[in-house]
Amino acid sequence: MRPNLRGMVKDSLAAAIVAALLAVPLLGFHLSGSAQGLTLDYRFGWVAIASLAVFCGRLALSLAGTAVGRSLRRRRQVVLPLSGRPSRIRPAVGWALVAVALLLPWTPLADRNLIDKATLLLIYIMLGWGLNIVVGLAGLLDLGYVAFYAVGAYCYALVSQQFGLSFWLCLPLAGALSASFGVLLGFPVLRLRGDYLAIVTLGFGEIVRVVLLNWQDVTNGPIGISGIARPTFFGLPLLASVPGRTTFHEFFGLPFSTDHRIYFLYYLILALALATNLFTLRIRRLPIGRAWEALREDETACRSLGIDPTKTKLSAFALGAMFAGFAGSFFATRQGFISPESFTFIESAIILAIVVLGGMGSQIGIVLAAVLLVGLPEWFRDLQQYRMLAFGGAMVVIMLWRPRGLLASREPTVRLAERPATLDAAGEVLP
Amino acid sequence: MNAETGQPLLTVEHLSMRFGGLFAVNDLSFAANRREITAIIGPNGAGKTTVFNCLTGFYKPTVGRLTLSPPSGARFLLERIDGFRIAKEAGVARTFQNIRLFAGMSVLENLMVAQHNRLMRASVYSLAGLLGLAGYRAAERRALDLARHWLDRMGLLAQADQTAGSLPYGLQRRLEIARAMCTEPAMLCLDEPAAGLNPRESQELSRLLLDIRGEFGIGILLIEHDMSVVMQISDHLVVLDHGALIAQGPPARVSNDPAVIRAYLGTEEDEALPPEVAGDLVAVPHSIPSAGQPPC
Amino acid sequence: MDYLLQQLINGVTLGAVYGLIAIGYTMVYGIIGMINFAHGDIYMIGAFISLIGLLLVGVLGITYVPLALLLVLVLAVLFTAVYGWAVERLAYRPLRGSVKLAPLISAIGMSIVLQNYVQLAQGARVKPLQPIIRGGFDLSSANADYHVTLSYLQIIIVLLTVALMAGFTAVIKATPLGRAQRATEQDMTMASLLGIDVDRVISTTFVIGASLAAVAGLIVTLYYGVIDFYIGFVAGIKAFTAAVLGGIGSLPGAILGGLLIGLIEALWSGYFSIEYKDVAAFGVLVMVLIFRPTGLLGKPEIEKV
Repeated sequence: MRPNLRGMVKDSLAAAIVAALLAVPLLGFHLSGSAQGLTLDYRFGWVAIASLAVFCGRLALSLAGTAVGRSLRRRRQVVLPLSGRPSRIRPAVGWALVAVALLLPWTPLADRNLIDKATLLLIYIMLGWGLNIVVGLAGLLDLGYVAFYAVGAYCYALVSQQFGLSFWLCLPLAGALSASFGVLLGFPVLRLRGDYLAIVTLGFGEIVRVVLLNWQDVTNGPIGISGIARPTFFGLPLLASVPGRTTFHEFFGLPFSTDHRIYFLYYLILALALATNLFTLRIRRLPIGRAWEALREDETACRSLGIDPTKTKLSAFALGAMFAGFAGSFFATRQGFISPESFTFIESAIILAIVVLGGMGSQIGIVLAAVLLVGLPEWFRDLQQYRMLAFGGAMVVIMLWRPRGLLASREPTVRLAERPATLDAAGEVLP
Repeated sequence: MNAETGQPLLTVEHLSMRFGGLFAVNDLSFAANRREITAIIGPNGAGKTTVFNCLTGFYKPTVGRLTLSPPSGARFLLERIDGFRIAKEAGVARTFQNIRLFAGMSVLENLMVAQHNRLMRASVYSLAGLLGLAGYRAAERRALDLARHWLDRMGLLAQADQTAGSLPYGLQRRLEIARAMCTEPAMLCLDEPAAGLNPRESQELSRLLLDIRGEFGIGILLIEHDMSVVMQISDHLVVLDHGALIAQGPPARVSNDPAVIRAYLGTEEDEALPPEVAGDLVAVPHSIPSAGQPPC
Repeated sequence: MDYLLQQLINGVTLGAVYGLIAIGYTMVYGIIGMINFAHGDIYMIGAFISLIGLLLVGVLGITYVPLALLLVLVLAVLFTAVYGWAVERLAYRPLRGSVKLAPLISAIGMSIVLQNYVQLAQGARVKPLQPIIRGGFDLSSANADYHVTLSYLQIIIVLLTVALMAGFTAVIKATPLGRAQRATEQDMTMASLLGIDVDRVISTTFVIGASLAAVAGLIVTLYYGVIDFYIGFVAGIKAFTAAVLGGIGSLPGAILGGLLIGLIEALWSGYFSIEYKDVAAFGVLVMVLIFRPTGLLGKPEIEKV
C-alpha cells in the first residue's frame, strides 16, 4: 500500500481532536483542595501538549507502521498454532534460564537489592505458573486468585505464631488449606459459565480481603500481623544469635551476615517455583492434564467422552489454589509482616495478566511476561507515580500487539513420531 | 453373524421430550439391536437429534424409558443416569452434527482424551502418573496403540501430530468417529456422519461403519440424510416426523411404506441422488468386503 | 418500622446508581460478550467531570440550581461519552474476533490506566463537595424519636433514573438503532452482511453505556459529596454483580439487579454490619447463580448440541 500522507495527517488530526476532548475536562482543570472546599485551577497548556503529542505519535505510527500493521493483522489467528516439530529451542532456553537463576547470586552483579528483587519476581513467576493450571490449561477464568495467596500467607502467619510450627510444617498445611478453600469455592460455582465464574471469583477475592480487614480478633484487621517467624535453614535460624540454639553462621563458622537470609530466601523461592513448574510440565502429559485442556477446548465434547467436567475443573482449581497457598506462606515468611493491603484485586489482575500475556499455557512465556510486567517496573521505582500507568498501558499494548500472548504456540503433550510403533505404521494402499 | 444378533441393545419406550409447549419427540418407541446399524431418518426438525441428546444425557427426557443392555449383561436406564456418566458407565459414545473436536489439540491428543477414564484409573488419579510408575506407563502405551490403530484405520497417521482444527472437513468427521471408538463403546451414536462428505468419502464411511459393526459387534445408531448411505448399510430404519414414529422396519420395506414416502421421501425431492452417484451406488455390492480404509 | 423505611429509601437510591452503571455492563456484554472492566472507571471519570463541571458553573456565576445542574449533566454526559467511545476504539475494537481473554486483559489494563491517569491528573486525595440540593420530606410517624427523611435529592435521583431507563428501553424496543443493536447481539456476522454497520452499533453501545455511567457519576457526586479516583472499582464490581444478578444481557434485569444489590447493601448495613455489606451482596449473587444460573430475568439457555 502506498503511503497516503494526506490521509495520515487527517487521521492524526482526528486523533488529536479526540485527545483534546479527552484531556480538556481532566487535564485542563485541576481540583485543588483547601480548607474551604475545592477550587479550580486551569492548565490548558497540558491539553495542548497532550494533543500535540497524540498528533505526532499517531503520525509517526502511521508513517512507520504499515509494516507493523500488516504483521499485526497476520498474527490475529484464532486457532492456536501447534508447533510443527518438537521444539529444541524451548527446553534449551528453559535450562539456560534455570542455570542463570541458580548462578545469579554468585555473579558479580548480585547484591542484596538485586537478589531481593529477583525473589519478588520469582514469587510472581510461581503465582503465574500456579494460575496457569487454572486459566491456561483448564481455561477457567479466575479473577480472585490472590485470595488463595492470602489464605496461604495468613495460614502460615497464624499457625506459626499460635502453635510455633516451623515453616516446613506450615508449608504443606498452607497449601492444603488453600486447596480446600479452592474446593469450597469451586464446588458450587464451577458449573457456571465462564464469565459468571470470573465475577464469582472476583467477588470471592473481595470477600476474603474484607474478612481479613474486619475479623480483628484473628487477623488483627488492617494493621496486619507482624513478627512472623523467619524460615530456618533445616532447623538452623538465620539470625545473629538465638539463645540455646546454634544459628546458621555459627554452625558453618561464617561471620554473621543478613545476606545469608536474603540468599537463602532466594533459593527457597527458586526451588518452590521450579517445583511448581515441574509439576505442571508433568501433569500436562497425564490424563488429567489433557482433560483440562480438552475442557478448555470443548466441554460438551468432553461430556460425550465420559469426562466429569465438575471434578476435572475442581482438581485444576484446587491445585492452582494449592500453589498460591505455598507462595503465600513463602511471602509471609519473607516479609515477616502481612496485611490485607498486599492482597488486593490489583494483585490478581497482575498475575492473570502475566499468564495471559505470556501466552496461555506457556511456561517460559510466563517468565517473560513476569519479567516485563513485574521485573522492569521494579527497576523504575523512582517513577513510582507513573509506574502503574505504564503497567496498565503495557497490558493494553501487549494485548493489541499479540492477542495470543508472547509465546503462543502450543507443544502437544504427546507425539506419535516419538513413540515407536508396535504395529506396522504404514497405511494400506489404495486398490 | 452370530447368536447375539437380534438381541436388543437399546430399547426406547414412550420417549417424549417437551420444550415449553412443543413436543420435539412424542411418545416414541423403538428398539435397536446389537450388531446392527439402526438408522433414524426423517425430515429436518423431526426430532432426530433430540432423541440422540436424550440418549447421550444432554437432555433429560420429559417422559420415557431408555434401556441399554450391553452384552456384558448389565442393564442401564439411561434416563436416570446423568450427563457424562452415560458415556463413562453405560458406554454410549456419540459424534455431533457440527463436529466438536478439541480443535487446538493434536489429532493424537484427541484420541488420548477419549481414553481418559481408563487412563485415570491406571494413573490412580494422577499419583502413579506423576511418579511415572510402570503400571501407568504400560497403560499409556496401550492407549497409544489403540489410538495408533484408529489413526491407521482412518488414514490419519500422517496427520497425527497436527492440530485437529487444521484438518480438512472429511478427516475431521473421521477423527470424530475414531475418537468415539477410542472410548470402546457398547453403542455408537453418529449424528449425520456423511454430511458434507463427497460421494467417494460417503462410500468410505459406509464401508467403515460396516466394518465396525462386523468387527466390534457393537450397535450403531445413525442419523443420516444421505439416503444412499442409509439404504446401503442400515439393518433397521426408524422414521420420525414431527417427533412421532411413522414407520420402522427393514429398509426395503420402509422405503415402500406410503406414509414414509408422503412424509419424507415425497416432500424432499432434492434428496434424490444425481444420476452419476446413483449409478455408483448400484455398482457397489450390498456387503462390502472389509478392506482397510484407503487414505484420502 | 421507621428505621426500615429509611433503609429502604437509602437502598433504592443506591440501587438506582448501581442500575445505571449496570446497564453499561449488560449492554456491552450482550452485544460483544465481554466484561468491560473499565466501565467502573468510566463512571468514576463521569463523577470527576461532574465535580469539575459543578465548580465551573460556580465560577461562571450560574446560580440558578436547575439550570446549573442541567448544564453539568450535559457536560458530564458529553465528555464521559467521549471517554467511553475512545476506550472501545483504542483497546477493544482491534481485538474483536480475537481470543476470548484478550479483550478482558486489555480492559483490565485500561481500567488501571484510567485510574492512575485520574490520580495523576487530579491527585489522590478525596474530593469533598458542599451539598447543593438540601432539604426533604420528613416521613416519620408521629412522636417517633427516629427521623425518616426522604430528601429532594433522593426523589430527583429516583425520578431521573426511572425516566432514563424508560426512555432507554423504548429506544431499544422501537428505534432502528435498537433494532440494529439487537440484531448485532444475535449474530454479528449476519448483521454486517445485512448492511448494519456493526462497528458503529458497538461504538454507540459504549457511548450510551458511558453516558448513563456519567449520570450515575453526577448523582453520586451530589448524593455523597465525596469522590476519589478509586470509587470506580468497587462500584464497578457491584454494578457488574447487579447485571449478572438480573441476568446479563437483559436491561430490566440490570435495573432489578441494581435495585436488589442496593437494597441488600442498605439493609445489611442497617441491621447487621456495615463492614460486611459487600460480603452480603456477593453472597446473594452466588446463591442466585447456583440456583438460577442465568440470573433473575436472563433467558434460560437451551444447550444446542
